[in-house]
Amino acid sequence: MIESLPSIIIGGILMGSIYALIAMGLSLQYGVARVINLAHGEFIMIGAMLTWMLSTSFGVNPLLSVAIVGPFLLVIGFILHRTLFTSLRTKAPSQGAFEGSSLLIAFGFIFIFQNIAILIWGGDVKAYSYLNFPVRFLGTTFAANRLVAFAFVIAIGVAFFFFLTRTRLGKAIRAAAQDPATAGLMGVNINWVLPLCFGLGAFLAGLAGVLLSMSRAISATMGLSYTIIALIVVALGGLGSIPGSFIGGFILGIIGSIVSFWQPALSMIVFYGIFLILLLVRPTGILGKK
Amino acid sequence: MDITVFKSKKLVVVGLVLLILIWLATSPLYASSSNIRLLSTILMYIILAVSWAMFSGPTGYMSLAPAAFFGVGIYTAAFLYARGSPLLPLPAVIVAACAISFVIALLVGLVTLRLKGIYFAIFSFGLIVLLGLIVQYWENQIIGRRGQHVVAEGTETVFYVMLAILVATLLVAYFLRRSRWGMAMLSIGGNEEAATHMGVNTTMVKVFTFAISATFMGAVGAIMATRWIYVDPSTAFNPMYSFMPVLMAVFGGMGQLYGPVLGAAVFAYLERILRREFPAYYMIVFGVILIIVVLFLPGGLVGLIPKLRDRLRGVIAKLRKGGQTEQHANT
Repeated sequence: MIESLPSIIIGGILMGSIYALIAMGLSLQYGVARVINLAHGEFIMIGAMLTWMLSTSFGVNPLLSVAIVGPFLLVIGFILHRTLFTSLRTKAPSQGAFEGSSLLIAFGFIFIFQNIAILIWGGDVKAYSYLNFPVRFLGTTFAANRLVAFAFVIAIGVAFFFFLTRTRLGKAIRAAAQDPATAGLMGVNINWVLPLCFGLGAFLAGLAGVLLSMSRAISATMGLSYTIIALIVVALGGLGSIPGSFIGGFILGIIGSIVSFWQPALSMIVFYGIFLILLLVRPTGILGKK
Repeated sequence: MDITVFKSKKLVVVGLVLLILIWLATSPLYASSSNIRLLSTILMYIILAVSWAMFSGPTGYMSLAPAAFFGVGIYTAAFLYARGSPLLPLPAVIVAACAISFVIALLVGLVTLRLKGIYFAIFSFGLIVLLGLIVQYWENQIIGRRGQHVVAEGTETVFYVMLAILVATLLVAYFLRRSRWGMAMLSIGGNEEAATHMGVNTTMVKVFTFAISATFMGAVGAIMATRWIYVDPSTAFNPMYSFMPVLMAVFGGMGQLYGPVLGAAVFAYLERILRREFPAYYMIVFGVILIIVVLFLPGGLVGLIPKLRDRLRGVIAKLRKGGQTEQHANT
């Protein structure tokens, strides 16, 4: 156990970085657009399956397919929010009513996306090989694609952090996260910013899908388990905090990798245990605002 | 005049309900066994939808736990009514499933119902997966055998047990709605803080209603296990058994007791047809229907009825007026 500890921890951090990316997307969708998007994992699945298709049928380099998959999901997310959720939000009598109804709509998305994916790509498990050679890293050995994915996530995370804290649009998004109505009064175009955040969430989910497809087996029904992981990380790190998403992602990645080293069958149970306990003890997360 | 109208209306409703029950109870005498199986499935969904609406309708707490308690019922049957070595007779198994679901729901409710809105929904969803994973771990690691065999019961037995559970569910749901307890639940849905100040013991009302609704879900699970014969964690703790009742209750409308009943009956039948005709597309159709209902039919089917009635009244009034003027013209 002790000799393999560094490789377990580094493996956990590598996996955790993808968890962080997934959670950042969900955090934007719930923290700003106020939609608990239980279909978040379906966007990840679409990203992964598209990458697989582009790579095996058209020979597109998976890292380049980011440029196709990302904008595609951004547009889909934007349109979905602009049409369905915006009309729901303007009609809903209260915030709670909107959240309940949008949860139901997200279920509808799960049914629709998952089954369309099964129709297009079939229900079987798929995988391809990309950058799958071993690299020695800090005294342990990892597949190159996992290190590339890690670097990618860190770059995206930093870029997003600066986008939110330094740009004008980022400021508008943070204002909308605090109070959409007041932000609207201050001149933020809410009917544009909220759909944009939902789209950005889908965009990040798509990127996570691309990265996941490089190192893991994927299938049309993979979505729900990643939605659950995203919920756990958001619960760990707190809603609407990018550093929180990273901390939560790393913690979950490391715990997952330790537990699966010691008892693989238990890892999901432990994830759940942590999640349920955290929800009860501290629903706002480690870094979340009260 | 109003009172007599009210009384006769009530008599009509009671008569209608009795007629439907008699029709259901006698249906095995003349219906084919495949139709009886379909009826049992419809009854199962009605029970799940009504018991979900019993708690989530008035309080506004969106519970996604039905599949969890349904699964608890299924695995209670798998333990106590295993093929080859049933420990208890069937009625006792059903009662045990009720009791176990009730106790688990009570414990879960005590810890989780302080969670607000969306967090409660997520937690209750997590419960399905957690229970499923625990059972799976137990099967794989401890007894080393995936899936359990349950004693097979005849189509008619399953149907009558289902009917009995349905009657119990409807009676409890009806009296809950009409009692002070139901008022307390509505006040929680309206404004929980205000309800506390009015002297409602909100925790107790929420936890007990949650547990009562779970009881029926467990009972349905136990009897369904005897029809499925073989159960494993992924079929027993399938989130679909949470989504479908919620979808059905929302589709039917929760303003009236018969809303979820109507929604479940229509949807369960629809599921059967769609499954046979378009097996590849039926889940997509479900998703689309769900979204349309949430967007355009917030009151569900039941919410449509007063609208239609008003419109019909308008039409009738117009016709009458027209008829009267015609009469005047004639004379």
